[in-house]
Amino acid sequence: MKTADVLIIGAGAAGLAAAVTLKENGVDKVLVVDRQEFAGGILFQCIHGGFGLHRFGEELTGPEYAQRYIVQARQQQVETLLSSHVVDILCKDHDKEVIILSQECGLVKVQAKTIILAMGCRERNRGNINIPGSRPAGIFTAGFVQKLVNLEGYMPGREYVIIGSGDIGLIMARRLTLEGAKVKAVLEIQPYPGGLERNIVQCLNDFDIPLYTSHVVTNIYGRRRVESVEVSEIMQDGNLMPKMKIPCDTLLLSVGLIPENELSITAGVSLNPATLGPTVTSDYMTNIPGIFACGNVLHVHDIVDYVSEEAAACAEAVSGFLAGRLPSEEGIPVHSGNRVKYVVPSFLKPLSDGVLKLRPVAPMKNAILKAAGDKGEVLYSRQMRRALPSEMITFSLPRVPLGCKSITVYFEV
Amino acid sequence: MACKEMTCITCPRGCRLEVEYDSSIISVKNNECKRGIQYARDEIFDPRRILTTTVKTTLKVGYLPVKTSAAIPKHLAANVILELRAITVSSPVQIGTVIMKNICGTGADIIATREVLE
Repeated sequence: MKTADVLIIGAGAAGLAAAVTLKENGVDKVLVVDRQEFAGGILFQCIHGGFGLHRFGEELTGPEYAQRYIVQARQQQVETLLSSHVVDILCKDHDKEVIILSQECGLVKVQAKTIILAMGCRERNRGNINIPGSRPAGIFTAGFVQKLVNLEGYMPGREYVIIGSGDIGLIMARRLTLEGAKVKAVLEIQPYPGGLERNIVQCLNDFDIPLYTSHVVTNIYGRRRVESVEVSEIMQDGNLMPKMKIPCDTLLLSVGLIPENELSITAGVSLNPATLGPTVTSDYMTNIPGIFACGNVLHVHDIVDYVSEEAAACAEAVSGFLAGRLPSEEGIPVHSGNRVKYVVPSFLKPLSDGVLKLRPVAPMKNAILKAAGDKGEVLYSRQMRRALPSEMITFSLPRVPLGCKSITVYFEV
Repeated sequence: MACKEMTCITCPRGCRLEVEYDSSIISVKNNECKRGIQYARDEIFDPRRILTTTVKTTLKVGYLPVKTSAAIPKHLAANVILELRAITVSSPVQIGTVIMKNICGTGADIIATREVLE
């Protein structure tokens, strides 16, 4: 049987960054497994710019960002197994047995001392959000169409309606228009757009594509293929008022990402219902000793630079674990308080850098972000001019007082 | 004198600029860095964008992602796309390899953003 000190599941942004850091720390057998033919994950289909500003100080396209890490991984001689699926993880005493189906090598069993979960996300689809109407062809998620257009050279439709104004939907609105399609409208359920302002300008305004906030699709028409959608406005009282029917042949859904944790569940890893990713300590370790998680599989990120940073921190912890240096005490639980959607990690261990990452439940202006101990003593306070669910907030807690039994992160409005 | 509100797109911050101008820029407010001033000037008198798209290849990777080496006039975006439709890349490329020089007379080149060696 093959052995590994660290088996990393996923060779995307998180997996590659973790692998490089592990090698830099002198870890010997690092094996990265990915189901695609190439490493780089989602980055190669993201041909647009906006990546790397924090990490490299330059604005790069997705493929260029990926290449920076692929080159480092190559130089560090990271072993990769591509076109391979991890199908099972069995936890036996101290080691884990990972079962892989590989296109090149057939059935592969790896005995790994540690595992890093770096599988990223799946896209939320029509079934998840229950859009009424018929079930014709022509309903896709935005990321999938991005793959079809940018990697495979297909144009899956001519007249589009995009559901969701997150960045993926906005980017695709521009891409499709440049390639000759007509994007009729972008519909957003919230009263505010989901993506960056810069994308509203360069993806919608530049092409005169209308954005309708507080609007949803309430019916899909078409037997074999999408023919039109009924669009309704969400009124102040919460009722739906049908507003218009838009003829179209394709629907693009950009309605959220869901961390892909089927394998994690198989391995017995506990998930945090607020993130849909594993519950981890400040060492990025799950409830199973030796299984760690980082990147989008842990919680959905806005900027790939922060995924790389998180993966590097996770890899540092894994290096410490392998060397027997990780503190074994349980950490202090971290709770989500007023207006906080989630906080990662769920447990702060002693001697950790105290970095906490969170998102608010809704946009807020002039709120105060606070962290308090179990006796209500305020450990951190920051005035925030504005806080958005689409912008992850990161802060570090200064030394946590001795005897503190829990921490709650909350907003004061 | 005219007034315009605009969102700067130079970096993901998206500063909401207030611009006063007539035949030239009079003032720019709310920019958190210098680049916002240049952006305001360009956006009013000569709006430009960096274009990213793909070009067909006969290589293992069927479609090569490319970008313009500099921001090009916004109104020429469609022309650039059309001109790139007509070409096929058939030799190996590195990141930065020039696929086409001076696209549509803009002075900007089309450069590869992915390494494709076979």
